[in-house]
Amino acid sequence: MSAELTAALVREDPYAEDCAEKATRLLAEMNALTSFHAERCLPYLRILSAAFHAKTQFDCLADLPFIPVRLFKELELRSQPQELIVKTLTSSGTTGQRPSRIFLDKSTASAQVHALVRIVRSFLGIKRLPMLILDHPGVVKGQNTFSARGAGILGFSQFGADHTYALLSDTLHPDWEAIGSFLDRHRRERILLFGFTFILWQHLLLVAEQDGRKLDFGDSILIHGGGWKKLEESKVSNTEFKQRLRHTLGIRSIHNYYGMVEQTGSIFMECEEGYFHPSDYSEVIVRDPRSLEVRTMGAPGLIESMSTIPMSYPGHVLLTEDLGIIQGPDGCRCGRRGTFFTVLGRLPTAELRGCSDTYQVPS
Amino acid sequence: MQEDKLTLSESELILRRAFANGLQISEESVNDALQYASTPGWDSVAHMALIASLDSTFDIMLDTDDVLELSSYPKAREILRKYGVRF
Repeated sequence: MSAELTAALVREDPYAEDCAEKATRLLAEMNALTSFHAERCLPYLRILSAAFHAKTQFDCLADLPFIPVRLFKELELRSQPQELIVKTLTSSGTTGQRPSRIFLDKSTASAQVHALVRIVRSFLGIKRLPMLILDHPGVVKGQNTFSARGAGILGFSQFGADHTYALLSDTLHPDWEAIGSFLDRHRRERILLFGFTFILWQHLLLVAEQDGRKLDFGDSILIHGGGWKKLEESKVSNTEFKQRLRHTLGIRSIHNYYGMVEQTGSIFMECEEGYFHPSDYSEVIVRDPRSLEVRTMGAPGLIESMSTIPMSYPGHVLLTEDLGIIQGPDGCRCGRRGTFFTVLGRLPTAELRGCSDTYQVPS
Repeated sequence: MQEDKLTLSESELILRRAFANGLQISEESVNDALQYASTPGWDSVAHMALIASLDSTFDIMLDTDDVLELSSYPKAREILRKYGVRF
């Protein structure tokens, strides 16, 4: 293989950068984003002033000013004037909470798509695959405002062809006929399945199990995301989830992704070994839920997620409400370089109060 | 009108029709000024319909990269050339 070709392939792979080089590059990009947002988003500047001495330049990733992800539910955080906003994303929003609102300008929307393509393509290849969407078509209705679910489906649709919805709009019941004819059209082809973890569990797998149906999706790859919250309540582990999908639907390869509407595009894909990996566009660290000190490898804590994508809103360094464990820098058996981690789930609500109180925005 | 159409190649006419079908606009309004996210009606939802329309019209399957880069009518022509469509 020529040196040029090798270099091109390495650039193509979003998981190949040397750890130290990545840290240096990312720090420069993050510092630039912090300054950019501090100049353009007043509520963000107020947070920096109140909690970080208004500093915008830092010496290491762990020192970067993070904001709690829930602030996007409480404040309108925008770094571009309203007339440049082309799309607004909203989170589903847990009951009783206001949804997050994420404002996208043209360049942020396009950066999201490019990051997503580079990440997902490293799993799927450049050829688009026949795609079965494990959801109903009603989710993508709407013009410039999308739910996180709709945005996810559209984002992944570009990897697919012959897009077919597996659920019926009004009842959310599986459309067995549509699924059957999709499979007939694409026998012996590699197919892409995409859906939200809970939806495909509740409305496809459980229904198929109850009906005693067995399907064979053949050479298929399932990508799913959106969170486990309700599955955790019913005590279903990732291993069991995969086993039952394999058993009933014959899905061969299953990848969860961890991501949030506040950092659309730079998602963390689950590798073949079951670990999440930050890509060239992202990094994670883990903090103690009470002291917010950085926790070492192997210790559970709140996940802080960094992304190079957000330019129209200050969402480049976010403290999530999810607990996770850093498993290591480099050394995952899947061969991808850099940090890899696991997600344990949502921090119980009672404890959340404590850490978000730290960031009262002065009015 | 008839004269105008005679100056266009057959593939050009097919491309126009595929765009009109994909974006749900009239064939007359298909021209070189069409641009993703700027032309009303050509949003992310319509984009996937347009790609499906191009795929089936020309019996090809555009690569992910091309789905992403197909951001204007002239760009579509350029990309389709790579798939052997002659204009």
